[in-house]
Amino acid sequence: MTSQTFQGYRRENGRVGIRNHTVILPVDDISNAACEAVAHHVAGTMALPHAYGRLQFGDDLDLFFRTLIGTGSNPNVATCIVIGIEPEWTRLVVDGIAATGKLVEGLSIERSGDFRTVEKASRVAQQFVQKASELRREECHINELYVSTKCGESDTTTGLASCPTVGNVFDRLQAIGATMSFGETSELTGAEAICASRAANPTVCAEFMKVFNSYNEFIMAQGVDLLGSQPTKGNIRGGLTTIEEKALGNLQKIGRECRFVGVLEPAEAPKGKGLWFMDTSSAAAEAVTLWAASGAVVHLFPTGQGNIIGNAIEPVIKLTGNPLTARTMAEHVDVDVSGLLQRELNLDSAGDLLWDMMLRVCNGRLTCSETLNHREFVFTKLYRSA
Amino acid sequence: MIHFIVHDEQDSVGVVVIDVEKGQQVAGWNMRTDDSLELTAKANIPLGHKIALTPIATGTKVIKYNVPIGNATQDIDLGDHVHTHNLKTARW
Repeated sequence: MTSQTFQGYRRENGRVGIRNHTVILPVDDISNAACEAVAHHVAGTMALPHAYGRLQFGDDLDLFFRTLIGTGSNPNVATCIVIGIEPEWTRLVVDGIAATGKLVEGLSIERSGDFRTVEKASRVAQQFVQKASELRREECHINELYVSTKCGESDTTTGLASCPTVGNVFDRLQAIGATMSFGETSELTGAEAICASRAANPTVCAEFMKVFNSYNEFIMAQGVDLLGSQPTKGNIRGGLTTIEEKALGNLQKIGRECRFVGVLEPAEAPKGKGLWFMDTSSAAAEAVTLWAASGAVVHLFPTGQGNIIGNAIEPVIKLTGNPLTARTMAEHVDVDVSGLLQRELNLDSAGDLLWDMMLRVCNGRLTCSETLNHREFVFTKLYRSA
Repeated sequence: MIHFIVHDEQDSVGVVVIDVEKGQQVAGWNMRTDDSLELTAKANIPLGHKIALTPIATGTKVIKYNVPIGNATQDIDLGDHVHTHNLKTARW
């Protein structure tokens, strides 16, 4: 076992982050331009443009606010400026983020216009980013980390090598008492019974099956099947034939020992330590955005054929067991575990490589996706707006 | 040199981990049992695709990770390439 501490940022609410962003967060699609203008004026800030926030309602609106407030509240964010068209929803987002104790300021554009809003916001952003730049990393224990995982562009090497490597690290994190989450409801089809058997108790097992069955009923109600989407063309090119095969590989990420202690709504924060199942889409950018909004600070992402995803605020560490992908897409691959296929590595030594990279990234090393400016920030939409 | 890896004891397919050619003698390793096995590839099979470890009749479950991953849609020979042309999900 390698090191169990790292240098992180301890936030006002005690949570630990590994990045120190000042984000400019639009409440709605039409406030993206102002946020991007502020980020252009003030170095070290980052705008998070997105496509939604108008005329949503019901559960879809709840998920929208949970995602937006959760993003601003993530411990990787030091300070935050919120810009929306109207004052009421802007205030709602600001108050949600302010509950963490961090510096947050809201501005609304109506009766000010873009020019005055951008000027005011830029002056605040300058102060915020300067304050954030004086925060220092301090020693934190790995059990203070919240780590998420999902895989993408899977192939058969994912189930053989990169997913079980994450599983090896998740077993260690569970033993240490960290917080972890997995999800991808649709991509458990064929492995749902095995997944259910990994629930910590019968109540959690029943909650998981309820979420899984409700997803299946939704698919059936559409009167379609998922052939052509699940597995994807990339999965098939990589040798995966059926959703069952894909799901069984996917599930290797929760290791051999982990039991999940609860089921989370999309973007809901875990209520304690241990492994949590989150009801997410299997689309990579959407799912990682939900985990970031739930407070996860680092993501482990196994890929076979080479998914290139990153996230705006949660660093995404990508690993592959496919030697072709490691060779042809090296700029996207943080950890190469293809040695597992020729037994040059075993799962423990592959787990050591990933553990070491995870700690380096927690200490500040930029991931491949960060250096490549991958800042995916994609909302999950439950149904069309009013 | 390992040409294919088998996940579990009862599996009827293995995963080719280096491109193999039709007629080639190929060496496999079972991750669960640590057993070695040898067979002849009946087709060109690219890295990541599956090879049949036993004859599989039409309609029979194909086993990987010790559980069914779908049903054979054609008779499959020992050493054949197993993919979308002869294996289909049992889910939809």
